[in-house]
Amino acid sequence: MIRTEEMLLNVGPQHPSTHGVFRIVLKIDGEIIKEATPVIGYLHRGTEKLAEDLQYTQIIPYTDRMDYLSAMTNNYILCHAVETMMDMEIPERAEYLRVLVMELGRIASHLVWFGTYLLDIGALSPFLYAFREREMIINLLNEISGARLTFNYMRVGGVKWDAPEGWIEKVEEFIPHMRKELAGYHDLVSGNEIFLNRVRGVGKYTKQEALSYSLSGANLRCTGVDWDLRKKEPYSIYDRFDFDVPVFEGGDAWSRYKCRMAEIEESLKIVEQAVEQFPKEGEIMAKVPRIIKPPAGETYVRIESPRGEIGCYIASQGKKEPYRLKFRRPSFYNLQILPKLLQGENIANLITILGGIDIVLGEVDG
Amino acid sequence: MIEELLYSSPSLTNTLIFFGLGASLLMMVLGFVTYAILAERKVMGFMQLRIGPNRVGGPFGLLQTVADVLKLLLKEDTIPKAADRPLFMLAPVIAFAPAFMVLAVIPFSESLRFSDIGIGLLYYIAISGISTIGVLMGGWASNNKYALLGGMRSAAQMISYEVPLVMSVIGVILLTGSLNLIQIVEAQENIAFLFVQPLAFVIFMIASVAELNRTPFDLPEAESELVAGYHVEYSGFRWAFFMLTEYVYLFAMASITTILFLGGWNPVPYLEFIPGIIWFALKFSVVVFFLIWLRATLPRMRADQLMSFGWKVLLPLALLNIFISAVIKEIWF
Repeated sequence: MIRTEEMLLNVGPQHPSTHGVFRIVLKIDGEIIKEATPVIGYLHRGTEKLAEDLQYTQIIPYTDRMDYLSAMTNNYILCHAVETMMDMEIPERAEYLRVLVMELGRIASHLVWFGTYLLDIGALSPFLYAFREREMIINLLNEISGARLTFNYMRVGGVKWDAPEGWIEKVEEFIPHMRKELAGYHDLVSGNEIFLNRVRGVGKYTKQEALSYSLSGANLRCTGVDWDLRKKEPYSIYDRFDFDVPVFEGGDAWSRYKCRMAEIEESLKIVEQAVEQFPKEGEIMAKVPRIIKPPAGETYVRIESPRGEIGCYIASQGKKEPYRLKFRRPSFYNLQILPKLLQGENIANLITILGGIDIVLGEVDG
Repeated sequence: MIEELLYSSPSLTNTLIFFGLGASLLMMVLGFVTYAILAERKVMGFMQLRIGPNRVGGPFGLLQTVADVLKLLLKEDTIPKAADRPLFMLAPVIAFAPAFMVLAVIPFSESLRFSDIGIGLLYYIAISGISTIGVLMGGWASNNKYALLGGMRSAAQMISYEVPLVMSVIGVILLTGSLNLIQIVEAQENIAFLFVQPLAFVIFMIASVAELNRTPFDLPEAESELVAGYHVEYSGFRWAFFMLTEYVYLFAMASITTILFLGGWNPVPYLEFIPGIIWFALKFSVVVFFLIWLRATLPRMRADQLMSFGWKVLLPLALLNIFISAVIKEIWF
């Protein structure tokens, strides 16, 4: 008597392809996934609760540890929220430095995504190539902030450190190098038939689904929605740069791949222009009171992080600590569509789909 | 010399000689495995902007693999509580034994060969299929879901790719008129079968990579999906046996490719003064390098694509190749 039964397979939190400590419990029939239940929270550190007892400047290092692959944008969102509440004028030079480091961080973040995604799909080498370029960015950011990953670079009212001697020139040199290597990535990966077969049509969702699941970033733009906050609601000095927002129609893993790769190019354009326009001298900090006390009230600001729309809500009672701090963490929202996408897929596609969403567990779990 | 010994009546002397020969072959293969692993790590390191092993045994890490094997030997031998003990212990042996058995028929040069049986090629293909059972057994006996999935994938993959593999060599057999590996090499004295049977060569290479479970067909042990696939529960020397199997098959498969398609020990014209064994080693190294190169370049296929590729693309092509070979043979020979 032959009998088949469904098997319960636990993937993670120590599985190599879950990008940290994500766990997903699968009900599988052979290799076909019948039901997927994500379990999150293994990296929860209670950032928002901790922030309630901290002064605003003290919260900045905590934001570094949320999305640790692009800590600069996280630094910025908090500072930006406080600055909005206090209606602060930021010096020109500081704004340029912020944009430079954020866009470099975006490139670094996409490079990590590219490398690990290919590693998930089974190609070993692109990972090491991507990390070579990422290392150069990390070194640049290290030079300006003193840290490789958790920068703690921005402050309410500006940035902590000015660009060291020759730093701008180094960034300038990096741009053509990155363009050259990016072409190499496309040669190695983008035309590879096996890769195309793995990603084309996998993890497909429609525009409507993307919108109703509140996806953002490349996960939204891959369905044909032209939504990038740098363009739609320009913050900082993004309105001064000429760049495009890559939008693709497919809604599958392949479109997401193309979208992110094109975003690297656009970020390079922004960095290039920022380097050109970079003011020769100037202040890097606005006149900020010694103890930062935003006026009572609340505010919500949002910006475009590499992973999507990151938002920060601050409820202040006019004290030096926030009454309530809340981050809209894009990875967390983007992940919600996963169980739906996994219905009826096989295990190999699980990896492709999960990797394609580009989550950072520090951000998912907060 | 060996033929004389084979026909002479059994005695202590020829038993000892055979044993000695077997042991020397084993040593040769183990030597190959040691340095193939090192070569793989070095070549991949070179391709991936890394250095590779460079500490143990001089600047090139010549003793790295030895140190690794020593470490594996000293490791605690763990068997999971829920595992099927006898099967768990038997599986690496069943996987390894055929890998070593197939080497018996492989001729390395005109003089360096261990047996000369009429159905050498058939023997190779038949015996190498047994290893799948070891892999499947290991996957099942581990009582681990990942291992089971890996084992199942492995079995499905090996069956699907064994068929086109066998079909692709039929062209060679047709042209030679023999299953004997030595006669196959001798038939390539003027021109290697690579040029006569290009389609068969391509099919054979693809199918052999799939047989070897190497990238892009490394699904049974897909690290990013199944963690380590069928050998996820194995550790220490049992695990080393699975690894050894893989590399011995690499040796065997590279040898058989050299013999079937690259002309074995036949020299390139005008370079006849170089001995046959060196030609064999050169061609063999090219094949091994090619396999390492693939691993550093390609992503992994998906199980269902792998199946449809095997059955819907490779098999019809292999059948077409048989037909073409038959027509060619009928017209020209």
